Amino acid sequence: MDVERLESILTQYEGYPQDLIPILQDIQDQYHYLPKDELKVVAQRLNVPLTKVYSVATFYKMFSLIPKGRHQLRVCLGTTCHLKGGQRLLESVSSHLGIEPGYTTADMQFSLETVGCLGSCAQAPVMMVDDKYYARMTIDKVSKVLKLYKE
Amino acid sequence: MEEVGLLINGIYLKVPQGYTLLQAAQQLGVDIPTLCYHPELPSEGNCRLCVVEIGEYPRTRLVNSCTYPVEPGLNVQTHSEKVLQARRIVLELLLARAPKAKLIQDLAAEMGIHESRFKSEDPYELCVLCGLCVRTCREIVGVSAISMANRTPGKLVTTPFLEPSDACIGCGSCAFVCPTEVIPYIEKDGKRIIWGREFELVRCNVKLEQKLKSISTVKL
Repeated sequence: MDVERLESILTQYEGYPQDLIPILQDIQDQYHYLPKDELKVVAQRLNVPLTKVYSVATFYKMFSLIPKGRHQLRVCLGTTCHLKGGQRLLESVSSHLGIEPGYTTADMQFSLETVGCLGSCAQAPVMMVDDKYYARMTIDKVSKVLKLYKE
Repeated sequence: MEEVGLLINGIYLKVPQGYTLLQAAQQLGVDIPTLCYHPELPSEGNCRLCVVEIGEYPRTRLVNSCTYPVEPGLNVQTHSEKVLQARRIVLELLLARAPKAKLIQDLAAEMGIHESRFKSEDPYELCVLCGLCVRTCREIVGVSAISMANRTPGKLVTTPFLEPSDACIGCGSCAFVCPTEVIPYIEKDGKRIIWGREFELVRCNVKLEQKLKSISTVKL
């Protein structure tokens, strides 16, 4: 376990139990998942039971206990995106990366998941890569977008 | 202590402020079925079996009696048609969740329900996710070795990371309090196995004579 890396996150907080979710978010952002040993240290530091940390970490979809890729791909399958071909968009992304939704590529670059709505229905179909929206997506644009993130 | 007057099934009664509707009804002798309620534990309102109807017709609504505090002049119906209908639905859902649980079968049979219209995910499931074990471990034992994990439909009671928990003291309270006896718990050859851990059982050292002596001294 990288103590310094975790410490740099923990020192930003005062160590109250209510800091749990922000700390987990920071760990998720930096590590791309929540490692077990780190969670144990967080529980100890915030003085909350490990069961509480585990409950929170497994409840929210934004947290993952298994390693995720460097970039998170979210393809919207909400009502509007569904009507505008979200499913076809998903299939295209899926075949470009060679993974099914819910999985991570072998080179740990991309994780693909589907979401219920991204709140941008006027620009359907929408997909998100990390924090960036890609609106009015077409199958042609998929390879261009993915190229931006490929190393 | 300040008292609050309210109507339960048309009967006026006064109860101390801070009582829940369930406590008030119990004081009156009205029987409300409960599943996740325990007098020694904070109520969470998980099972929804204790619903009652409050308010004036036609603006009534259903609330959990185990979590709703008494209000002055509140009109409560514990066995109206609306309430019974809601309880039947809840029991059907519980029966679909845990078809093999004897307690649920009995409660449902009391209300005239013998099978559920809802699809059962797992026909051998016993846990109804009432959370009694989790609350007992946290509030009474004070170690919080188990908790709910994931979210429905994958929700379950478990130790962190599904591993044997360091926090568990092997007291067995969770298995004791469980209404459907689903927590795996083995006791044999002086050993107790619970949540993947093994505990050596120690024989009680207090002799019967000593015990009787101490009781008689207290009496004197």
